[in-house]
Amino acid sequence: MYAAIRLFLVGILLTFSLNTFAQHEEKEFNAGDLILHHIADSHEWHFATVGETHITLPLPVILYTDNGVDVFSSSEFHHAEKKEITNAKGEKEHALVLKREKGTYVMTHDHITLENGGKLYDFSVTKNVASLFLSAILLLVVFFSVAGAYKKNAGKAPKGMQSFFEPIFVFIRDEIAVPNIGKKYERFMPYLMTVFFFIWFNNLLGLMPGGANLTGNIAVTFTLAVLTLVVTLFSSNKYYWQHIFNTPGVPWWLKTLVPIMPIVELIGVFTKPFSLMVRLFANITAGHIIILSLLSLIFLFKSYAVAPVSVAFAVVMNCLELFVAILQAYVFTLLSAMYFGGAVEEHHHDEHHHEDKHEVHHA
Amino acid sequence: MLLNLITPELGLIFWQAVVFLLLLFVLGKFAWKPILKGIKEREASIADALAAAEKAKSEMAKISADNEKLMNQARAEKDEMLKKAQQTAKELVEEAKENATKEANKILEEARQLISSEKKSAMAEMKKEISKLSLEIAGKLVRKELASNDAQKTLAEQLLNEIKPN
Repeated sequence: MYAAIRLFLVGILLTFSLNTFAQHEEKEFNAGDLILHHIADSHEWHFATVGETHITLPLPVILYTDNGVDVFSSSEFHHAEKKEITNAKGEKEHALVLKREKGTYVMTHDHITLENGGKLYDFSVTKNVASLFLSAILLLVVFFSVAGAYKKNAGKAPKGMQSFFEPIFVFIRDEIAVPNIGKKYERFMPYLMTVFFFIWFNNLLGLMPGGANLTGNIAVTFTLAVLTLVVTLFSSNKYYWQHIFNTPGVPWWLKTLVPIMPIVELIGVFTKPFSLMVRLFANITAGHIIILSLLSLIFLFKSYAVAPVSVAFAVVMNCLELFVAILQAYVFTLLSAMYFGGAVEEHHHDEHHHEDKHEVHHA
Repeated sequence: MLLNLITPELGLIFWQAVVFLLLLFVLGKFAWKPILKGIKEREASIADALAAAEKAKSEMAKISADNEKLMNQARAEKDEMLKKAQQTAKELVEEAKENATKEANKILEEARQLISSEKKSAMAEMKKEISKLSLEIAGKLVRKELASNDAQKTLAEQLLNEIKPN
């Protein structure tokens, strides 16, 4: 078993390519570029630069063009021709031009286009996608083992990792799902649990040195928000739509003659997941930017004296980010549960019950 | 490049959707389901055990209350029985006493009657004897008195005198 793991690790190390880029040599240190480079997605996983040697993990590039699917390693761009091109705004940019059988690809700022301007869909396993796979494996390993523990000590007190996660499971069920969704909470539990642990694990992975900024990527938060919207709409009952198009307690002319209410409510359906998308993206990205900015100060001042201060602040920020990692997972899950709750809420004639439910919503 | 930051990349959306939905399915089926079931079952079993303990406690209290009640009842019964027995004994003694008195009285009465009848018969015997003796004595006395003629004459006169006034 250990031999197999060691072989695997050696295999990974061998795939790291150690190569030298000449283009950064004479460049001035640019904190903005550095930060944007760190929080943006990339076609290769860059870990460190020692001297002029970049330690990177090349990742598969998967491109779909009119000529079909083209799969190759991102390390091929190391041999690509370096060019200086002028973009649409008239600014000069560094570009890598790679000639292959199925087309000539131009990469600027890690964005691949066809030289002839044709259609290109990039399904590459980028740094974020690789991190996504990693987190998926981690989630599967961790929660399969926890689920196994539940089968093994059925009815007994939780042990080890199981006892670490159990309060969180119970919290998601009793503090997020049940109060916000009500009786029908059980069917939403798999989604809420998956979303919570997916966001939390990926937030933490993003804080690791060399980690990818997955949950701070708009595509990821967009997908999660869309899934919440889809689940909300597919589980909505007639009261949900009645509330949108025939809002109770609103004068009739606001619903028919001047239909402000239905329009506002309908926009609300989409702004809710939109806020989910922006909140997670902005919180995680902002955290990364702050930590990177603090560390960049050392290089901006070109002084070792700044280092202790920067590092101290960065450590404090990192601790805060550890908290934000679980907080944002909680917020996303809680708000998703609230939207689901609104979609499945039943309107009873029982006034008291009705009031109870509204109290929960305001809380 | 800043614009790139807020432009969702199609590739990442695709991979994110695929991986997340797979995770949702696989974890939902093989992790969350057994985990939530395990928690629920454990909670149910703990609640059951607590309820059973509570029930056992109340049952114990009930049993001890019952015991107390039975004891009290037994004690009361015993007291009553004792009281009854005492009373019966007393009654028996009383009855025996009464019977004895009655018997004694009866015997006494009989004795008295016997005595009185014996007395009567004795008296009668005595009277008989006395009258016999008296007659004998009187005979002897009369014979002696009336041995002379004068005496006989005097008596006859006296008797005549006694008859005359009539």
